[in-house]
Order: sequence, then structure tokens, then C-alpha cells
Amino acid sequence: MTNFPVDLIRKDFPILNQTVYGRPLVYFDNAASTQKPVQVIRAISGYYETDNCNIHRGVHYLSQRATEVYEDTRKQIRQFINAASSQEIIFTRGTTESINLVASSYGKQYVNPGDEVIVSVMEHHSNFVPWQLMCQERGAKLRIIPIVESGELDMNAFRGMVNERTKIIAITHVSNVLGTINPVKEIIQHAHTFGIPVLVDGAQSISHLGADVKDLDCDFYCFSGHKMYAPMGIGVLYGKEKYLDAMPPYQSGGEMIKEVHLSGTTFNDLPFKFEAGTPNVEGVYGLRVAISYIQELGMENIAVYEKELLDYATEKLTAMGDIRIIGTAKEKTSLISFLIGSIHPYDAGVIIDKMGIAVRTGHHCAMPLLEWYKIPATVRASFAFYNTTEEIDLMVEAILKVKQMFG
Amino acid sequence: MTIAEVQEQVVAEFSLFEDWMDKYNYLIEMGRSLPVIDEQYKTDQFVISGCQSKVWLNAKYLEGVVYFSADSDAIITKGIVNLLIRVLSGHSPDEILDADMDFIDQIGLREHLSPTRSNGLTSMIKQMKLYALAFKSRG
Repeated sequence: MTNFPVDLIRKDFPILNQTVYGRPLVYFDNAASTQKPVQVIRAISGYYETDNCNIHRGVHYLSQRATEVYEDTRKQIRQFINAASSQEIIFTRGTTESINLVASSYGKQYVNPGDEVIVSVMEHHSNFVPWQLMCQERGAKLRIIPIVESGELDMNAFRGMVNERTKIIAITHVSNVLGTINPVKEIIQHAHTFGIPVLVDGAQSISHLGADVKDLDCDFYCFSGHKMYAPMGIGVLYGKEKYLDAMPPYQSGGEMIKEVHLSGTTFNDLPFKFEAGTPNVEGVYGLRVAISYIQELGMENIAVYEKELLDYATEKLTAMGDIRIIGTAKEKTSLISFLIGSIHPYDAGVIIDKMGIAVRTGHHCAMPLLEWYKIPATVRASFAFYNTTEEIDLMVEAILKVKQMFG
Repeated sequence: MTIAEVQEQVVAEFSLFEDWMDKYNYLIEMGRSLPVIDEQYKTDQFVISGCQSKVWLNAKYLEGVVYFSADSDAIITKGIVNLLIRVLSGHSPDEILDADMDFIDQIGLREHLSPTRSNGLTSMIKQMKLYALAFKSRG
């Protein structure tokens, strides 16, 4: 193993230091939500202790200070994901809201009857249902990129699908069930030869791979704070200015307007046009510190360590014999979905939980994908940089117990 | 036996278990011994879907008494299904409608009946009571 300072890092995450059912907590549900370092927790309480107020509105001291932090964070995110301008950074509640915003506003502006929208069969419902609904509303057709057994996209099928009727492609960077890292750059390059924009769902990739929207050349990129060590209820939509400018507002209210008269309303400039109402300021305070935290650890170091965790877990589970790993792509993040013999994932999950280990069981909000595999559910263990190989050993022990009880 | 008496019996049985593992081994055993529902009822019409596991439930009404049969794709769920049937099946609609399901708490299985579990069990109890109500109104 590398010299990754996991023992020191764990001290920053107070929640990890507890027992459940009399056993040390092993938290392997990081793809659902990551834990927060004490620095983030302090940033949130600090905001309420010293800075709380409404932003962008007051000339008073507190409002100016909080507005400054809020807008500085926007600049920090611009730099973090390498966007061209901080006007292209929209704060949202999370990935789901970011995608809904684009599906709704982009759809109204650009999608007409007979047009087509492309997603893949491995999308999380949040990058599937908004497009499905938009297509129904606009009279457009939703086309689905299939996968191959390993859980990788069928790129030939994808290429055959793109045509002059395609209006947008929405694709996840990393599958929340399979861990597959999709070749989004290749998809974007191909789409751009037709002049088609691409939205990348970064919910599952941001904490593992970071993001470089300039290098990807994606047109939209979405992520959630709570899956990258920041609080819940804060997320980001990145969009190229040319699209965001042309798109109509998503929600209306305060902040997003320029002038309101009885006869009509004009809208504010980017990014405020898409930020109606009082924003989640405490979330932004937390996100700011979370980004600094992972930048200090270094994306590269995180990736190397998490790859070691994934390889270790894959090796251990494979050695058990009757474990079927769902998702065996060459390029994966630190996530492993599996089935234990013919044991139902719910049964396995109940026992694994009793052993103090938090894994996720179910369809992971990706029913089309599980239908493709013809399975009702999986057990999913997803690792973060604060996890250890010793914890993976505890999971293996729990799986042995499951096999013993249901065997 | 009344519903309350069956519940007392179940609570007494569960009090013998020393740890969670004994309890779950018992549920697994009960899951395996549940008379399987007639295949004709194992369809979407009778399914109660959770995102974790599925439950199929059917009810018959004979001479003032309701009989339930059910199945699940997960064994622990099926074990709990079996307990619910043991408690509620073979009683009149009024008894079923009046039944207090607190015994689930007493045997330490409340977590499985939480709506967030999405295993179909919460909806199953509701559905069992709805059957009772329907049979009652039919007379």
C-alpha cells in the first residue's frame, strides 16, 4: 500500500469513530453520501455563529461578508473544475436539480417534436426520468445507449444513434451501480462533430476523478456536494455560457430578476438568472471547505489509494468463489456491486448491517440497468479515501456469515 | 386463540433468543417453512413492491374468517410475512381491523416495518387490513 495517511484522515471524520450493534462502524455507502470532515462541520456551524444573513441583498456588513464568501466559492469552483468563467457556475440543490434545470430549460428552447435525446441504460433515475418526461412533453424520442456484459457502454451502438435529429446527449461519467468510468471525452468529441451538446452527470465521479470541463469540453456538468464530503442540499451546474444565455429561466422569484413591472419581467444576468430565491448559503460555506480539503489531499493521491482499495476488495471477493461481481469494466472507481450465490441482496444486507457494516442493497435508483442484467438488486460497497483494507476484511467476514446463515 | 394471544405467544418465543443471530436464524427458518402462495397469485396484480424486496399477498374469505397467503423473494422478508400471517390469518375482519401490531416492536423487528426499508412489509400490513375492510363491507 502507498503511504496515504488514512489514520490521520480518519481523525477528521468524527462519525467514523463509533460502534453500531456493538461493533465498529464500517461505512461503505459512500456512493450514496460521503461523511463530512470536522472542517466542513465547523464551517457550517461557524456560518451560523458569525455570518448568517441573506446574501446579495443587504448593504450591511454581515450580508457583504457572506456574499463575498458565496461568490468567492463560485470562483473556487470555477478553478476546481477548470471552467472558463464563474458565470458558468450555477448553485443548485444537487445533481438532480441541475439535470432537471437543463432538461426543462434546454428542452423548451431547443427540443421539438421528432427530435431525439440520447441517454444510456446505466443512468441513475435522476439522469433518466427528467429526459424521459421532457421527451414526452416535447414530442421527442428518448434513445438509450446499451451496454455490454462487463458494464461498459456499447460505443458502436452509440455512434450509430447520433444523427441530425439528436438535440442533446446526457451521460453519466461513472455508473453508481457498476463503477464503470465512461469514455465521456470520446462521446463528447463524437457529439460535437454533429454540433450536439453533451451533459455529463458527475455525481459519482467528482470525488474520485475530479473534473476538468475544459479538457472534457462538455457543455453541461452536474455534481452534488454531499457526495464529495460537503453538506447535503448544495450542488452545482456548470454550463457553457452560450447555452445558459439562450436558455429560459427554470424557476422564478427573487434574485433572478432584473426588473419586475405589472406589464412584465426582465431577467438577471448569469449566473443569477438560474438562482431564484434565497440560496443554500451554509451549503456553499461547507462546499468551499470540502473542496479545499480534497485539494489538499490531492486528487491523484486519492485516486491511487482508492484504486488500491478497489483492487483489494475485488481480489478478496473473487477469491470467495461464489460471488458474482456486477460491473467488471477495465476502468472503474472504488465501487463494487455484487451478488452472493443465489442469496437475495436484502437478506444479505440485513445480516451485513448487523455486523456493523453499512452497504447499500436494492436497485440503486437504476432500474433500467438492473432490468438489463435481469437481477432485482445488488449489494453495493462503495469506498472513500477514509476506508481501509482492514474494513474490507470485516466485510468479507460478514459475507461469510451471510453464506453460513443462508447456505 | 385471539390475535392478542397469538401475539403473546410470538413474543414469548422471541424472548428465548439470546442474540440477533438466533432471531434471524429463526426468521430464516420461518421464511423457508412458509406455505408458498399459489403460483396464480404470484403476479403483478398481487405484488407489493418495495425497492428492496417484493411481497405477494392474497386473501380468501370463508364463513366470516379471512385467510391470507403470501410470499416474498427475500427469505427474511418471507419470515416476517409468515409471522404476520400467523397473527392475522384465521380471524374475522373486525378482529383484523382492530389488531394492534405493537408486538413487532416487542420482538425487536420494528426496523423491518419502517417505511424507509422499502421491503413491502409496511404496505403488506396495510393491504391485509384493506382486505379485511373489503370483506367486512361485503358482509
